[in-house]
Amino acid sequence: MGALDVVIRLVYLAVATCFVLGLHLMNSPVTARRGNLLSAGAMAVAVVATVAVLVETGTVRPWGWAALAAGAGLGAGLGLLLARRVMMTAMPQLVSLFNAVGGGAAALIGVHDFAVHSGGRDGSLPVVLDVLIGAVTFSGSLVAAGKLQGLVPGRPLVFPGVRLLTPALALIMVAAAVLVLVAGGGAVALAVLGAASLAFGVLMVLPIGGADMPVVISLLNAFTGTAVAMAGFALGNAVLITAGALVGASGAILTKLMADAMNRSLAGIVAGGFGTGDELSPGPAG
Amino acid sequence: MSVQLLADLSVFVLSLLLGFEVIGRVPTTLHTPLMSAANSVHGIVLAGALLIALSAEGVFGYALVFVTAAFAAMNVVGGYVVTDRMLEMFRPRPGRTSGGER
Repeated sequence: MGALDVVIRLVYLAVATCFVLGLHLMNSPVTARRGNLLSAGAMAVAVVATVAVLVETGTVRPWGWAALAAGAGLGAGLGLLLARRVMMTAMPQLVSLFNAVGGGAAALIGVHDFAVHSGGRDGSLPVVLDVLIGAVTFSGSLVAAGKLQGLVPGRPLVFPGVRLLTPALALIMVAAAVLVLVAGGGAVALAVLGAASLAFGVLMVLPIGGADMPVVISLLNAFTGTAVAMAGFALGNAVLITAGALVGASGAILTKLMADAMNRSLAGIVAGGFGTGDELSPGPAG
Repeated sequence: MSVQLLADLSVFVLSLLLGFEVIGRVPTTLHTPLMSAANSVHGIVLAGALLIALSAEGVFGYALVFVTAAFAAMNVVGGYVVTDRMLEMFRPRPGRTSGGER
């Protein structure tokens, strides 16, 4: 282990610590803003440290640097613009949009790892879970954002056959995952897994009413955290695992707290459509 | 099971347990900002997006790096800025006691 490697690992440890403290400071309105700034500062340090790793390793090709710089610049600019411009009332759907792209990024890391490290033949369990969860959260969060923005009807959308289609998609996802893992299904099986997961995410959120969307976004947020942790396993990167697991677990607890605050059961919300009270009100608020 | 995988698994499980405990006392008014803050934290996926550039080659590889970096950067920057804007609303105004009418 080189000297820089030791330093980088210690920096990552400090970053993970700051993420934990940052989230903990969110427990009180007095310290919440400080917590967010601490977390943001740690994130900046993590990015700088990772760039140092890239420079030190020196295997990034010129086009790789260009793709990174252009992508990061575009994403950062767009994120900043949207976050600054959005009205206070439209913030939940924006959070959902940011959650969607986070999940999408995690899924794409899985795709890259599959293409490069396993030669496109068979993948590891973390890679498969990364692609699966990331794709579900990407499409699911986009639909959730669309519902809040009014681009997708906010009422629970239940069409004939959806109760059969969703379990069928789940079966396809499991079958494709098994093919990728043990049967050498290759890139085709991974593509099927990704496509089925995207469709599953859409079908999971469509039958849920607009009023329940904040809870659903929080649930998908926890999913993204888990996907990021899986990406961390694939890349062998501890800070991704720590931060991802932290968000996965705290997001799950927060989802439960939010559902409780609305006097709703989480299972009832996810089941959607029937018996949730949504069908009683013609236009759900949200 | 390799040593690396075992170490990663330990970190994963302990981080999960920490995550379950860390936000236990959050008041209802902070639910949405906390969701947004947690959303920004998983923006650490940007570090992963940077790392895949190490082994990226070919048009497909570079395109993947570009899209991943764009997605992740949007998650990070947008997430923190929007969380900060939400939390700004909780800041007590100068000259007034906190908890008073805004």
